[in-house]
Amino acid sequence: MGSYQRGKLLQVNANGLYCEQADVYIDPWRPVERAIITHAHADHARWGMKYYLCHHHAKPILKLRLGQDENVQGLAYGEEVTMNGVRISLFPAGHIIGSAQVRLEYKGEIWVFTGDYKLINDGISQPYEQLQCHHFITESTFGLPIYKFPSPFEIYAAMNDYWKQNRADGYNTVLLGYSLGKAQNILGHIDPSIGNIYLHGAVANTNEALASVGYHFPGERVTPETDRSKIVGDLIVAPPSVADGPWLRKMKPYRIAMCSGWMQLRGARRRRGVDMGFALSDHCDWAQLNQAVLATGAEHIYITHGYEQNYARWITEQYGLDAHIFKTLYADSEEDIAEPKEDVLEPKEDIAEPKEDGRDSTNKGLETEKQTAE
Amino acid sequence: MDFIQLFDQLDQTTKTSLKIQAIYDYLVAATESDKIYVVSLLMGQKPKRAVKTTDLRIWAAEIANIPLWLFEESYYVVGDLAESLALVLPEVDIVKDYSVKELYIQIIELKKLEAAAQRVVVEAYWASLTGTGLFLFNKLLTGNFRVGVSKKIVVKALAKYLEHEEAGIEHRLMGKWDPQSESLTSLFDADKQGDKNFLPYPFFLAYPLEEDITTLGPLSDWILEAKLDGIRGQLIVREGELFVWSRGEELMTDKFPEFDKLRSLLPSGTVLDGEIIPWLEDAPLDFALMQTRIGRKNLTAKILKEVPLILVCYDLLEWEGKDMRALPLVQRRALLAQVLQDYKSDGLLRLSQRLEFNNWEEAESYRIDARLYHAEGLMIKHVNSPYGVGRKRGSWWKFKTAPMTVDAVMIYAQAGHGRRANLFTDYTFAVWDGDQLVPFAKAYSGLTDKELIQIDNWIKRHTLAKFGPIRSVKAELIFEIAFEGINLSSRHKSGIALRFPRILRWRKDKPLAEINTKQDLLNLIQARQ
Repeated sequence: MGSYQRGKLLQVNANGLYCEQADVYIDPWRPVERAIITHAHADHARWGMKYYLCHHHAKPILKLRLGQDENVQGLAYGEEVTMNGVRISLFPAGHIIGSAQVRLEYKGEIWVFTGDYKLINDGISQPYEQLQCHHFITESTFGLPIYKFPSPFEIYAAMNDYWKQNRADGYNTVLLGYSLGKAQNILGHIDPSIGNIYLHGAVANTNEALASVGYHFPGERVTPETDRSKIVGDLIVAPPSVADGPWLRKMKPYRIAMCSGWMQLRGARRRRGVDMGFALSDHCDWAQLNQAVLATGAEHIYITHGYEQNYARWITEQYGLDAHIFKTLYADSEEDIAEPKEDVLEPKEDIAEPKEDGRDSTNKGLETEKQTAE
Repeated sequence: MDFIQLFDQLDQTTKTSLKIQAIYDYLVAATESDKIYVVSLLMGQKPKRAVKTTDLRIWAAEIANIPLWLFEESYYVVGDLAESLALVLPEVDIVKDYSVKELYIQIIELKKLEAAAQRVVVEAYWASLTGTGLFLFNKLLTGNFRVGVSKKIVVKALAKYLEHEEAGIEHRLMGKWDPQSESLTSLFDADKQGDKNFLPYPFFLAYPLEEDITTLGPLSDWILEAKLDGIRGQLIVREGELFVWSRGEELMTDKFPEFDKLRSLLPSGTVLDGEIIPWLEDAPLDFALMQTRIGRKNLTAKILKEVPLILVCYDLLEWEGKDMRALPLVQRRALLAQVLQDYKSDGLLRLSQRLEFNNWEEAESYRIDARLYHAEGLMIKHVNSPYGVGRKRGSWWKFKTAPMTVDAVMIYAQAGHGRRANLFTDYTFAVWDGDQLVPFAKAYSGLTDKELIQIDNWIKRHTLAKFGPIRSVKAELIFEIAFEGINLSSRHKSGIALRFPRILRWRKDKPLAEINTKQDLLNLIQARQ
């Protein structure tokens, strides 16, 4: 206890974001004893921890992805656990179902780590709850003023129109979105009266896991037995990784749209080679990010990933806040085109080197998708 | 502005048939006065940049309430200035509808104003446009307007709409014309064509030969010529006037003052197709010399004397005012040879020699050694081929000699633009000079998307220093660089300039110590002279 220093409750070390006082990591990237998990995306929820703590609704996904035998404890939003005097609780982050901000309080000093988050209520995930704190650790995936996402409800309407139009033209509609989060965000708002909805195995598996905690989404799993000739003018929801593979070929003729915040930029959309891009994001855009940072009342801001140098400079100059960069291995796991931004991936020597193709965490996500595909 | 809708449609599909349909639908529905402007834009003609881009950045950053550095950083990520401007500008309350014609003319007028007055005009448009409309306005403003359609697509849509033949439409659309002084009628109605002496024919382009040369059948069915390294040009003499068009459909007559005397040497109604190359005392000069000459604004007597140009003719498209393009090549060539013999050209026109080989193997070995003959490969044309339009498979082939290559290491990287935005795709390469690495070439193309993403990620993890958008990286990744020409240059730090450098492959097998040296490059230059 004598080692405790004010203003250092959470620090980044080789394993991840660490609270020494409580001896617990948050979203670590190397195997440790105890881990608090903000949400079940692959770059935040990794293999090899002896003990996991997460929100109740993230638990079935964590078990689906990491193994049913893993030692995972669920916690409700607002419920508090104490670890060596540190009061720890989870609050909704609005990112995906079961995503949480982690609040830590010790000797009157409050720290909040957002994980990934968004302020806009998508009607599916538990809506973001604004917390007050002294030290705020935030992502800045879309931390540039070029990111201004349209209202998701405009996007849902556009998606339904897109499907209707394609159906009228005799095409199937393929919507690409990460199997956890984006897929449910889409399925929760698509109009099932337009036609039949089919799901890639990775999406269906996620939905089944979520059903165990009371979430139900429309759509039928595509299996080897599915009669493809009956899929006409219908909707197919699949993870982005299918875009280059043989799975999708059987769905022809189709028009394909990518659902992701990156689709706001023409270049990203063209690189993807899709017919359409919907800028549907589960992250804060520029305005939301600034709003959240200011509303915490925090004087010390730590930025984990995404244009972090620029964002740190901006809040220092513009708002006079004390901003730091926490070098983490979090990536935007929303989909596989989201390359880790700038210097996020500069692992220290003792960190497992990302794989050959460099997309360490997103890669993991893709593997998960592949394993669970039909 | 239903043009916005058209742009979105063209942008959202890669299918040619849908693009043609979209343009056709637009032409059917659009305001008459807008059509000619839209055709001009679709054909890739655009007004010149009207406002300084630095001014636009400053104005937009001020309106968006962000510091200029943050705008610049955003621009690096977007990779497109017009789009960056559109994204940072605040949402507007009332969106107005403008005609393409109005915006086009307004932008031309803007160029005449002082910066302060320009700002008033630009801000007024910014305050009443949104989304794609705002993006397109910025594209016009920055002189960078581009639509993802080929000329062929526009020609097909116009042909369908006007119920004309495609070849005729293509002919009329050649070269630069001003939408402010044309209309669809003046451009395309046959009886209003009288004063269009300057119009070239669409170029017929050869397809690269990828199969084995022997698959072409009997050698006697083909006319083989040297593929010269110059500027493809069409030379027109009509009514005592002379025009020279480049393949890029640029009128380049004044770049070639020596050709002027052909006005009186050749009869009216003569159109020749050939390669413009530098030629001195019975031998070709290096292409690099011509490149410097073409780049000059003022052609001095000195340079005209040092780098004189000639046209090596390989086709006759018009003779005595008649379109000869439908004749078989062998007949056109015979006539061409006759014309060049009958009419003195003061050495300005030379016939492209038909190369005689006994078999395909001989042709193949010529191609391999093409550089020895000042050529970059072979042209293989069917004896009976008519002169077609555009690039078509089957009757005209080009068969290039293998490029020169060196192994080099990447030392700098920069983010690309457009679909490569936010991805480090533009690299600078170096070779050894003693124990120093000296940069000698930049290259952008040749890698797959997958490799680009891998390399991008590697760059982000191996950055040594940042200079604005440029990063210096650890000298570790080795690539084989291919190029078509190499020369000494005083403009480059290494003293060497490459022609068409591109990445052939990523050499993961090659250690840094074994890449090429500057001396290797100098030896290549030596060997060519």
